Amino acid sequence: MKDFFVTGDPLIYGADAAIVVTVVAIVFVLTYFKKWRWLWREWITTVDHKKIGIMYIICSLLMLFRGGVDAILMRLQLAMPDTKFLESQHYNEIFTTHGTIMILFMAMPFMFALFNWVIPLQIGARDVAFPYLNALSFWLFFFGALLFNISFVIGGSPDAGWLAYPPLSELSHSPGVGENFYIWGIQISGIGSLASGINFLVTILKMRAPGMKLMKMPLFSWSVLASCITIIFTFPVLTVTLALLFVDRFFGAHIFTMDGGGNPMMYVNLIWMWGHPEVYIVVLPAFGIYSEVVSTFSKKKIFGYTSMVFSMMIISVLSYFTWVHHFFTMGAGADVNAFFAITTMAIGIPTGVKVFNWLFTMFRGRIRMTQPMLWTLAFVPCFLVGGATGVMLAVAPADYQYHNSYFLIAHFHQTLIGGVVFGYLAGLYYWWPKIFGFKLNDRLGKWAFWLWNIGFYVCFMPQYALGFMGMTRRVYTYGWDMGWAPYNLVSTVGAFLMGIGFVVQGWQIIYSIKRGERDLTGDPWNGRTLEWSIPSPPPVYNFAKIPEASEQDAWWEMKKKGIKPTATSYEAIHMPKNSGIPFLMSVCWFIAGFGLTFHWIWIGLAGLAGVGICLLARSFQYKTEYYIPAKEVSRIEAMYRRGA
Amino acid sequence: MQQSITPQHEHEHHESMKVFGFWIFLMTDCILFACLFATFAVLRTHTDSPFTGNELFEIPGFTAETFILLTSSFTSGLATLAMNKGKVKPLIGWLAVTVLLGAAFIGLEINEFMKMVSEGATISTNAFLSSFYTLVSTHGLHVSVGIVWMIAIMIQLKKHGIQSVTKRKVQVMSLYWHFLDVVWIFLFTVVYLMGVM
Ligand code: HEM
Ligand SMILES: [Cu+2]
Repeated sequence: MKDFFVTGDPLIYGADAAIVVTVVAIVFVLTYFKKWRWLWREWITTVDHKKIGIMYIICSLLMLFRGGVDAILMRLQLAMPDTKFLESQHYNEIFTTHGTIMILFMAMPFMFALFNWVIPLQIGARDVAFPYLNALSFWLFFFGALLFNISFVIGGSPDAGWLAYPPLSELSHSPGVGENFYIWGIQISGIGSLASGINFLVTILKMRAPGMKLMKMPLFSWSVLASCITIIFTFPVLTVTLALLFVDRFFGAHIFTMDGGGNPMMYVNLIWMWGHPEVYIVVLPAFGIYSEVVSTFSKKKIFGYTSMVFSMMIISVLSYFTWVHHFFTMGAGADVNAFFAITTMAIGIPTGVKVFNWLFTMFRGRIRMTQPMLWTLAFVPCFLVGGATGVMLAVAPADYQYHNSYFLIAHFHQTLIGGVVFGYLAGLYYWWPKIFGFKLNDRLGKWAFWLWNIGFYVCFMPQYALGFMGMTRRVYTYGWDMGWAPYNLVSTVGAFLMGIGFVVQGWQIIYSIKRGERDLTGDPWNGRTLEWSIPSPPPVYNFAKIPEASEQDAWWEMKKKGIKPTATSYEAIHMPKNSGIPFLMSVCWFIAGFGLTFHWIWIGLAGLAGVGICLLARSFQYKTEYYIPAKEVSRIEAMYRRGA
Repeated sequence: MQQSITPQHEHEHHESMKVFGFWIFLMTDCILFACLFATFAVLRTHTDSPFTGNELFEIPGFTAETFILLTSSFTSGLATLAMNKGKVKPLIGWLAVTVLLGAAFIGLEINEFMKMVSEGATISTNAFLSSFYTLVSTHGLHVSVGIVWMIAIMIQLKKHGIQSVTKRKVQVMSLYWHFLDVVWIFLFTVVYLMGVM
């Protein structure tokens, strides 16, 4: 019992109590309002990409909250020298969970949420290529994240950093179960991510509306294509790397160990072969969002469409050839380091092209300062500085100084927050009315925007200086004699500003659910692409009639020519049926992961057997689709028109 | 893409999309094996103790495995041929032969592993053996999954006959099986032949 539950820390007891209270409250509310059936039929078994997107968003915002709390705890500990708030062990656990959660359980699901919300609508499709697989991806992510998150109250959190380098993450140095949680949490959700990558690639390649040539496709769809290609090439590497680490830990193998002939640096190579492309996986869709937003709110076609497409493809290819820049100090030799330094700097070129294209699109455009546009405008300077410090880090000899310092911490937060988070928030504000039928409140949104932005610079600019002053990452405390105190204090203030910004956003969502400006037109921003041609929120089948899209910015052209999307006669629509198997299969994965984490082999095997049974059960299902009759379609469409 | 959306048309479009998706999945599996091969290549000389491939691998054993797997690939091809001619019985028959050959392959592999372990060459003996066991058993695991899957498809063929869905399943299954065969050829060369040389 003592080994199973984490004991001894008042913070953890607080968390225990909070978890119990929340679970009891949820169960109570669902039972009291008799919502269990509704939950099962409308959400848990759904294969509708729009609902799956909503579930991704909810989880991702919760994870942003958890990762944010971790960040605040760390910043509190570092605010002053010699603080006794967190012990070293606790600090190690927190930076590990913060990093892992932010990237794998916040950024990735946020990204998949936007894929799900937008891609089928933007290319004029009724769903993704494999709706059942899409639901499975979500539930795998969900249970992977759950497994990772329970580690801090059961068994103990991982503490070997967000990439779990051996030998620290090996049995010899981390004998607890924390690293097993890390491995299985990521492994399970990673399978889901890989499946999503395949799913959206096929969707984009095979399900576009008639007439939509690849080179007429909206840029967000292009960015998703680039991101999916990168997922497909790199996630298998992650799978192998984690599996090999597990083989070491579980079977006592010597792949990455210090003894028996193992080679820890091979792990570092492998994990970064995934890890570097991973940051491009998350940032490319953000680039796509900026393109859509800039073009819509400047009321202009995007400048340099073709160069936008090519720069994204070049980025996704180049991103495979830069991984060594994360460990120039390994000492691979001058030639190897020089190669990777140059490839890294080369990525700056296509990125620069994109920045200029966005600026040229805005040039002489009729700019509207909406919330999505604000975040986009804030992104440009932020990413510029982040990119410039990235090029500084890419200078291999200089990196011997910057490596693992706060300079690096400031750099990657600048690209991850300024590039990825700002982009996804822009996307969230932009497509929110499409999915929910109302806009998010402007005034609160502006407050949140300024809090985040000012907070960002206040938090991370001092960290560049701290890096130069010699403060290394992952230190849990420091003395007065270092002279770091004022900078750290300022940095903590900035973290709190961002935290308040996030709280305001929470309030903004709740407030807007009640009082948000309703969108009755389906086209609240005067948009340019197909998703704005249908009502908000869209009917289950999205498009009553699949549109023709022979021009870039198809909806804009239709509006110009006065073509109405409504039809007079309808045909029956073919739709996928709901299924409970994705949920059940993911529960089985969870059980398997939990069992293997604790070396309870029989539970692990039982879970895996459950997975097998679910797979077979699905294989034997043949009636997985149904038709919405033409009459029903025309009834729904008429209802929408009356509402509008 | 799909111009006229008659139900039949749409259905076939869906089936062909699934085959396309499976090709992409195979690509990811390819990368998975490539990483394991790379790991093996790095660690194959890290023996750190008396065990090397030269002493452990037995030529008749792995040669037999190779022939059995190659033959099974051939029989799965015959199954596809029977399917294209619309003959259910030979189709199921050839799939059954393929399953048996696959099972024989797995049996031999387990036998080989047991023998090695009894000689003291386990996964935790040294880095070479760690990477050897992970690489070879990942392939073996793939074959085992394939066997179960093929049996499931045989039952479905019995129930539903040859139609668009079962057809696609057999097609995808045989892609998978040939793929494992190709992987084995690399294994045979890189692990076993270069090991005994
Ligand atoms: C919201 C504001 C944020 C603050 C105040 C913050 C703060 C921090 C701090 C204090 C550390 C630990 C530094 C150390 O001791 O080495 C850290 C590490 C990290 N953060 Fe953040 N962070 C924030 C947001 C994010 C976001 C949005 C992401 C990713 C999308 C992210 C990814 C990471 C990663 C990967 C690490 C490295 C963890 C490790 O060392 O293993 N952070 N962050
Ligand atoms: Cu990198």
